[in-house]
Amino acid sequence: MSITGLISIALSAILIENFILVKFLGICPFLGVSKKMDTAVGMGLAVIFVMGLASLFTWLVNHFLLVPLHLEYMQTLAYILVIASLVQFVEMFLQKSIPTLYRALGIYLPLITTNCAVLGVAVLNTTKGYNLLESVVYGVSGGIGFLVAIVLFASIRERIQFSEHPKAFEGFPIALVSSALLAMAFMGFSGLKIW
Amino acid sequence: MTFKKFLGQMKNGIITENPSLVLLLGMCATMAVSTSLKNGLGMGLATTAVLICSNTVVSLIRKLIPSKIRIASFVVVIAGFVTIVEMLLDAFIPTLSNALGVFLPLIVVNCIILARAESFASKNPPLSSAVDGLSMGLGFTCSLCAMSIIREILGNGTLWGVRVVPSVYEPALLVIMPVGGFLTLGFLIALVQHIKSKHSGGKEEDEQ
Repeated sequence: MSITGLISIALSAILIENFILVKFLGICPFLGVSKKMDTAVGMGLAVIFVMGLASLFTWLVNHFLLVPLHLEYMQTLAYILVIASLVQFVEMFLQKSIPTLYRALGIYLPLITTNCAVLGVAVLNTTKGYNLLESVVYGVSGGIGFLVAIVLFASIRERIQFSEHPKAFEGFPIALVSSALLAMAFMGFSGLKIW
Repeated sequence: MTFKKFLGQMKNGIITENPSLVLLLGMCATMAVSTSLKNGLGMGLATTAVLICSNTVVSLIRKLIPSKIRIASFVVVIAGFVTIVEMLLDAFIPTLSNALGVFLPLIVVNCIILARAESFASKNPPLSSAVDGLSMGLGFTCSLCAMSIIREILGNGTLWGVRVVPSVYEPALLVIMPVGGFLTLGFLIALVQHIKSKHSGGKEEDEQ
């Protein structure tokens, strides 16, 4: 696998096919944790970490467990179990080493389990037939794409709080409309050609 | 269970506590697959099937599971049913299965299903849990259909693949694209909030 191939996978996961704004994976944490900049950054970093690890472990599980035993149809079940235990591990790790971040992320950390982006990246790796290195690159850069989107969105949202908008749009709707504008901006990347 | 209670639960799931428009759960799937009515309806019904089965099973085993590992066991139950639905769709409706793509296995992480298992099925008997699954699933299907109808007509000029808009109208491709998903859902939720505030006559809480 050439280095250019890896770069093109990474760029397309971050910009062209951004997990949140183009693929609609991981909307719940995107809308839920984006009210404040620092929690958004923390969540983004946690997601990068979990997505990279999840890509690694689901690839290993798929190639050394599911394929040899002809259990490919158990893919969804096996992946979600791997991810759930990974998240548990990250939670314990953060609780021990970075308690402030742990407190800030609060209930959203267990929610990474039900973050579609994490299971999504595992399933996409398998359907696209990536090898181990490509999977991990795709997972990590997908996480970076998540971080970019959530940080941009959090900074927009901090300003929205002080702006005037119709009463019916209070809360979620205005957030959705402004993420539509963000998604529109990201559409500009769709013409980006890589090698 | 009486018929009246059944009706009450159905109304609760479809209107008062509509999962995607009022409870704001399961947004990813709502926005991603609502590009055409066929996909929206298919996804809605697949989710409903999983929801009914998982709610029933979770309710049946609710007394056997220690509360510490309940989330993990719920997820396993849900993943099992999703796999079944996935294989059935693959075998009998391959076009739909291809169109939904990655979002079919992702039903597992649809927050609606886990939320209902945790907040309803783990506390109620099997029959009313199944009804709750049905009503929540249909509520999800209804909002998906509403989204898909709007997006398919505006973005493609068709409904269920049949052209309904005169050819004078140039379809706004933007509505079918990801941007349209955010916009349509935003406006729909705004509409719901508007109706709610009108309905309750200025009161904060919507009484039901």
